[in-house]
Amino acid sequence: MTEPALSETLVYSRPQALRPVHTHYCPGCTHGIAHRLIGEVIDEMGIREITIGVAPVGCSVFAYNYFNLDFAEAAHGRAPAMATGLKRVSPGKIVFTYQGDGDLAAIGMSEIMHVAGRGENITTIFINNAIYGMTSGQMAPTTLPGQKTTSTPLGRDVEVHGFPLKMCEILSQMDGAAYIVRRSLHDPANIRKAKKALRQAFEVQRQGLGFAMVELLSSCPTNWGISAEAALVWIEEHMIPAYPLGDYKVHPAIAEKAPGS
Amino acid sequence: MAKELLEGNVAFAEAAVRAGCEAYFGYPITPQTEALEHMAKRMPELGRVFLQAESEVAAVNMVYGAACAGVRVMSSSSSPGVSLMMEGLSYIAGSEVPVVLVDVMRGGPGLGNIAPSQGDYNQIVKGGGHGDYRPIVLAPATVQELIDLTFEAFDLAEKYRCIVIILADGSLGQIMEPAELPPMRPVRKAEERPAWALTGARGREPNIISSIYIDPVEEEKFNHILMEKTSRIEANEVRYKELLLEDAEIAIVAFGTAGRIAQSAVKAAREEGIKVGLFRPVSLFPYPFERVRALAENVRSILVLEMNGGQMVDDVRMGVEGKVPVRFYGRMGGMVPLPDEVLDEVRKMHRETMAEPAEAGR
Repeated sequence: MTEPALSETLVYSRPQALRPVHTHYCPGCTHGIAHRLIGEVIDEMGIREITIGVAPVGCSVFAYNYFNLDFAEAAHGRAPAMATGLKRVSPGKIVFTYQGDGDLAAIGMSEIMHVAGRGENITTIFINNAIYGMTSGQMAPTTLPGQKTTSTPLGRDVEVHGFPLKMCEILSQMDGAAYIVRRSLHDPANIRKAKKALRQAFEVQRQGLGFAMVELLSSCPTNWGISAEAALVWIEEHMIPAYPLGDYKVHPAIAEKAPGS
Repeated sequence: MAKELLEGNVAFAEAAVRAGCEAYFGYPITPQTEALEHMAKRMPELGRVFLQAESEVAAVNMVYGAACAGVRVMSSSSSPGVSLMMEGLSYIAGSEVPVVLVDVMRGGPGLGNIAPSQGDYNQIVKGGGHGDYRPIVLAPATVQELIDLTFEAFDLAEKYRCIVIILADGSLGQIMEPAELPPMRPVRKAEERPAWALTGARGREPNIISSIYIDPVEEEKFNHILMEKTSRIEANEVRYKELLLEDAEIAIVAFGTAGRIAQSAVKAAREEGIKVGLFRPVSLFPYPFERVRALAENVRSILVLEMNGGQMVDDVRMGVEGKVPVRFYGRMGGMVPLPDEVLDEVRKMHRETMAEPAEAGR
């Protein structure tokens, strides 16, 4: 007697825009989710073969090993300038940068301000986890007041270290910015919203509307010194109040078609 | 093409245009701003890319990005601006992408001034940025050479996938001279970009351009590749010019504008019956060590003339290996030596040489 053949329906597979490899990210880190979402969006838009990524310095320094895309590895903070060079000589390509908070908001502040000011037609994915991960837990420009890091062992004292920088609020002031939004990766509902925003950010570039950035509030359980699950709660309870989610700037051409994200 | 009266800065910018340079990224800085201004007008007119960056840091990284796309790309700047580009140049060297840079040197250190200088020799010739790499460094002494070397620099950069730096100075950037521009070369077609370039992974495995080798074993292997490339450059790309060295007892060694000043001093000294000649290195990396070595066999003493506190003189001494006395004369901080000052030095050396038997000087 033979077993009846099982019918198989594929409901989930790795996006083509990602390589079938393991990442070096820590357990519970949300970089993997961000990579996955970008991969899905690139696949869905059918742009894998015309997309060029620019990796930062920071935990995602090896992002080029995980995406199945042409990739450049920038100097610390300089990804927006490098992306500018790539895009200006390859206007038909889709160029994006993937940057953390130290890369984008500290050492690379000048470069990110000026791509926004120029309305450079690139897309930036900004991972904000309020800490320097790669160098094992120092203060980031986005570290919250009172937050303990290895370089603020008593907690960030704003009298000494100043205040966190809110990049969406800053960049949305720029005339050249077409799409500036903040999302979070702490739960499935927000992850779905993040994916919609990433799609919009690439659409903005495809339509040549100007600079687009999606800030993604992300976890760093290793350097926050808490469990993966507690880290997601920490995003919700501490980061979102400091970094409110929402659309900070949306180009009218995209706003009309916004899928209510 | 006929000769026309051209300013150095405009001349090298136009030479780059004619070499098929597709993109220029830069930041205004005296004394090379006319190059940027020429590109601002010329590049868009030809449907090419010009962009004024927010800093030299951004400019060099824009150049880096465009070079990754496989196009001919350049920047130009002057000493303080070039210092800011050092990080980017190290990354570019570590990624093996071809880039052309013109440094129109000015007085320093620090903000210094806008007068001609050769104070960047060590920074540019010895690498400048962190890590082991050497750019090809070419030092023109006339507007014509500035044109010819800039035009050729793009071929050299692509041949070796390296950085080529034209080391000029404020005098050469600002001077107007009759010179001839090369004919216009076509820009490379998009489909002809090199196989390693970032053009989108269509029908092939992704290309990755990176300067990171986290495993020291791999990083050392890569460094060996750079060293091997350096050796090939040393074997093939040495350039220099010579004047009246056949019977010379004294040789002046000077590059760029200093070489030009030395040429006047050589002529004046010859009129006084002093047998002096000029050796002018054109490639500062690779340095013409072999020729300097040979020179030390044939002259009784060497004068190194520079517009700095004595930088190239170390390389001359390395080539001479103590065989003959090497004297240094330099002006610093944007001061340009006059031929008469150089002539005085030559006279002193001549007197000293005459005071001792020929063999003792060797």
